[in-house]
Amino acid sequence: MSVDVRMSADGFGWAAKDTLALMKRNLITIVRLPQLLVFSSIQPIIFVLMFRYVFGGAIHIPGWRYVDYLMPGIFAQTVAFGAINTAVGLAEDKNKGLLERLRSLPMSRSAVLGGRTLADVVRNVLVIVLITVVGFAVGFRAHNGVLPFIGGLAILLLFGFALAWLFALIGLSVSNGEAAQAAAFPFLAPLVFASNAFVDPSSMPGPLKWWAKHQPVSATIDAMRVGVHGGPLTHTFVVAILWSVGIIAVLAPLAVARYRKS
Amino acid sequence: MAVTNTAIVADGLRKSFGDVHAVNGISLEVPTGTVLGLLGVNGAGKTTIVRMLTTVLKPDAGHGIVNGLDVVEHAQSVRRSIGLAGQYAAVDENLTGRENLTLVGQLTHLSRAVARRRAVELLDQFQLSDAADRPARTYSGGMRRRLDLGAALVAHPPVLFLDEPTTGLDPASRLALWDVIENLVSDGTTVLLTTQYLEEADRLADNIVVINEGEIAAQGTVSQLKATLGDTVIELQLHNESEAEAAAVALRTTTSAGVIVRVTMASGPATLRDTLNALAAAGITPMHVALREPTLDDVFLDLTTRNLASGAAQ
Ligand SMILES: Nc1ncnc2c1ncn2[C@@H]1O[C@H](COP(=O)(O)OP(=O)(O)OP(=O)(O)O)[C@@H](O)[C@H]1O
Ligand SMILES: [Mg+2]
Repeated sequence: MSVDVRMSADGFGWAAKDTLALMKRNLITIVRLPQLLVFSSIQPIIFVLMFRYVFGGAIHIPGWRYVDYLMPGIFAQTVAFGAINTAVGLAEDKNKGLLERLRSLPMSRSAVLGGRTLADVVRNVLVIVLITVVGFAVGFRAHNGVLPFIGGLAILLLFGFALAWLFALIGLSVSNGEAAQAAAFPFLAPLVFASNAFVDPSSMPGPLKWWAKHQPVSATIDAMRVGVHGGPLTHTFVVAILWSVGIIAVLAPLAVARYRKS
Repeated sequence: MAVTNTAIVADGLRKSFGDVHAVNGISLEVPTGTVLGLLGVNGAGKTTIVRMLTTVLKPDAGHGIVNGLDVVEHAQSVRRSIGLAGQYAAVDENLTGRENLTLVGQLTHLSRAVARRRAVELLDQFQLSDAADRPARTYSGGMRRRLDLGAALVAHPPVLFLDEPTTGLDPASRLALWDVIENLVSDGTTVLLTTQYLEEADRLADNIVVINEGEIAAQGTVSQLKATLGDTVIELQLHNESEAEAAAVALRTTTSAGVIVRVTMASGPATLRDTLNALAAAGITPMHVALREPTLDDVFLDLTTRNLASGAAQ
């Protein structure tokens, strides 16, 4: 119908190209506003130092050096709180009218969310590298070999990607960045704090203990701990991967539907 | 390019937000290669109409057809032939002007090289070359607005939707934008623009639709609309608002801007004599009297303050 000065490609090819173009756009923001990355790294670094040197002496996990137990929890907490960026970024795009322009373009409908969530994976890689360096500086060691350790981090990245879809849904449901921030916390607190991130859930009261042992943040941390310390690797890895894949399978279509709507 | 003489059709468009009936059955047609000006006070429903015709918002009822394609059923094809500059500049503040335009080009599926070349042309056309490589965060309001308008033109769209395109522009930029729009139209582009500036509609629009509370209050060419108000308007300025109210009652009309009363010279000079007689009978002496040729402002104020029956100029 229209004047064809456009390149030809199939639908999937376009979806991928659009997603990459928007991912690049989101990554440029990270480069242009490095303070975002710095501030989202300061908090976990403080947590590392606090738990390692202030509380660490008082917490005993049988069979563990506490710093080795702690670091997977810090990784998971960092990625979980970092996912708020996904919600804030999308809500701001909506607030500024950018989503309106993108909706009027003949681009793939899933690229806006895909570009955002994938950029957040790249951001997570940067933050994880930084926290790993800090961890090693305070005595953290991977005792189970390099590959299981990297495998655990890969599972963490997958979990970060899954959470990004939850927060994409939240970001699309509120009207601006501040509201997104406020809406995100109630989801994060029970996931991050009622988990095995800092202490062994065995010491928690009944229902809380059950929740802390059967939720995705704990599953992801378990996989990382096995990667660091040894244990039933296949089982913990599979459970953690299933959690993330399940979250993506449910929430990604919901988020895309939410974007398409209105 | 679609072969049809009507680029934009709205047929009974409706949209409500809760209890607010933002658009209440709007039907209009824009012939290919012409400019339609959509006028209306704040909240009349202009932006909502534009959002439905540009596939951004789904109508509750009715149809929108752009270049022969339904905006709901063939949304993706419609998007290939339109450009939208929304009411609020939709630019990414962290990208430079050049990056913003290139991104839109890529997402419109121009090749990378074409997208880059187009960005350079548009930066030049909208006097943004000097600021091309600065983040848009550092742009002034008018510069953002110009960048946003440039983004609407990236793919040479045959149909252009501009929602208050010159709001916030300085006079020179406004004149420059009018030239841009006139050039596009002379090359065959169809434009639907909303505006608060009647002067803008007067200069650019072939046809005008006045929207009031989600409905069409009047439509026609600029001269048809002016003709509905007769030849000349008597503008009476009173000393204060209560006197203006009294004068309005005596003349069976309404006040505007507090102390101004306007009367259309429906029966020529006799109207002037009758008007002054009626005021004298009411014991009112106006502070100032002027005779003015009707402007689009008069049509607009007349329609939106007196809520004249719809289709006045039809
Ligand atoms: N997303 C929305 N949610 C709720 N109400 C809305 C929404 N969008 C518009 N409205 C309402 O619909 C009506 C029409 O709004 P619209 O933005 O179309 O007016 P407009 O003619 O463009 O006004 P303006 O000249 O101020 O831009 C208004 O009463 C507005 O409050
Ligand atoms: Mg508007």
